[in-house]
Amino acid sequence: MKKVHVQLTLNGEPAEFLAEPRQTLLECLRDNLNLTGTKEGCGDGNCGSCSVLLDGQLVTSCLVLGVETDGLRVDTVEGIAKGSTLHPIQKAFIDNAALQCGICTPGFLMATKSLLEHNPNPTEPEIRLWLANNLCRCTGYDKIVRAVMIAAAEMQESAQ
Amino acid sequence: MKSFDYAAPRTLDEALSLVAQNPQAQVLAGGTDLLVQLKNGRRETDLVIDLKRIAELKTIAFDPKKGLTVGAAVPCAQLCAHADLRQHYPSLAEVAGLIGGTAIQGRASLGGNLCNAAPSADSVPLMIALAAQARVAGPQGIRDVPVEDFCVAPGKNLLAPGEFLVNIFFPIPAAGFHAQYLRFTPRNEMDIAVVGVGVSTRVENGKITAARIALASVAPTPLFVKEAGDSLIGQAPTPEAIAQAASLAQAAAKPISDMRAPADYRRHLCGVLTRRALTAALAQ
Ligand SMILES: Cc1cc2nc3c(=O)[nH]c(=O)nc-3n(C[C@H](O)[C@H](O)[C@H](O)COP(=O)(O)OP(=O)(O)OC[C@H]3O[C@@H](n4cnc5c(N)ncnc54)[C@H](O)[C@@H]3O)c2cc1C
Ligand code: FES
Ligand code: FES
Repeated sequence: MKKVHVQLTLNGEPAEFLAEPRQTLLECLRDNLNLTGTKEGCGDGNCGSCSVLLDGQLVTSCLVLGVETDGLRVDTVEGIAKGSTLHPIQKAFIDNAALQCGICTPGFLMATKSLLEHNPNPTEPEIRLWLANNLCRCTGYDKIVRAVMIAAAEMQESAQ
Repeated sequence: MKSFDYAAPRTLDEALSLVAQNPQAQVLAGGTDLLVQLKNGRRETDLVIDLKRIAELKTIAFDPKKGLTVGAAVPCAQLCAHADLRQHYPSLAEVAGLIGGTAIQGRASLGGNLCNAAPSADSVPLMIALAAQARVAGPQGIRDVPVEDFCVAPGKNLLAPGEFLVNIFFPIPAAGFHAQYLRFTPRNEMDIAVVGVGVSTRVENGKITAARIALASVAPTPLFVKEAGDSLIGQAPTPEAIAQAASLAQAAAKPISDMRAPADYRRHLCGVLTRRALTAALAQ
């Protein structure tokens, strides 16, 4: 099948790639663009490890075709640190041991970023509900939820 | 996934001719059912037609006199965030927030939920309770279909070759009208309904004047139980009237046993959830 030329805004910069229509956005990011931060867990929308923002909306990139993103904005985990300065969410995950093997982490970071954009000061139940589309086999979730609360508090403090 | 071509028409007319010329094509909304099925081989196609670039399928329009029109490919996250929808159709915003999780809601549409025709589709019983109409476009023009007639078998809908769903229309709720969807799942979220119940009721001067009840996961298609709703009409909203409607809903259910639950348990849940959903709608 004919490859399609896709032009998009990727982590704030113009980008392009050639994709077979059957390639998912996840595959295009990892295999065509060499952005391997986004991970594949299940490949069917359940685990959230492939989560990215598409036009600002949290989606599972394993259930998006790469060709669908033509003209759109895609944000991945590679874009959230500013140079060598980690994003407060990344820092909170590291400082509070919210990861072990790390496979789920890029998805949790993107989901958390999206959560705090919608709701800068979420309660614990709100965090757990928002992150229900993300699975972690290592941490038992408590440390993730605590890291999100700490990141939220820090981001609000530095916004003041 | 096996190879296929991709087209993203920009207008309804362009989409109509593409769909008509390629009856073997699969149309794509959010892809949360379709791409899973293309990946696991349950469906195959040589052309995917993406409907998300067509304005009519991507807009929500609210007319306070007539009602709400939801484009077939609008993602649930957009429904949850829509102020008029939340105000006038709170049960619909609630069900949109129930499908999958946050990232799934970023893509999943009501149109996809309906067209996929799963017996367990969460939004469908509620759409039936809300007396929603599906607007279908095809080579013969436009036709409107009540949502309760749309699904014909598991995974099959009534669309003829060349047809697709454009939008879903919800009439404006009258004074005293309330709706509610309840489902039972072993987990709180990211789970498939063992049983789902959508109800709507209207109360005027202490009497029920309209009621509709529909069920998920208890028949080959979402099930409209007209007689259960009708049994409430003319009655006061008493526990006895509710219990009678719940037992009619239970009697209409034809569940199967599968890995999620035995049939007996599903039948039991039909009664319990119908009672609870009616009680909640009538208490609002
Ligand atoms: C992890 C996960 C969790 C889920 N949880 C739930 C849940 O809790 N409850 C639930 O009900 N469902 C759930 N689903 C199923 C799915 O998300 C929903 O059915 C969703 O509403 C499908 O919408 P979509 O826009 O993604 O449809 P798509 O996948 O794009 O389409 C679904 C089907 O409908 C057809 N179609 C789509 N649009 C049209 C149209 N306009 N005209 C004609 N045909 C059309 C497609 O060809 C396809 O066959 C889940 C799925 C996943 C992956
Ligand atoms: S890999 Fe996409 S949700 Fe699991
Ligand atoms: S840290 Fe290993 S899966 Fe989450």
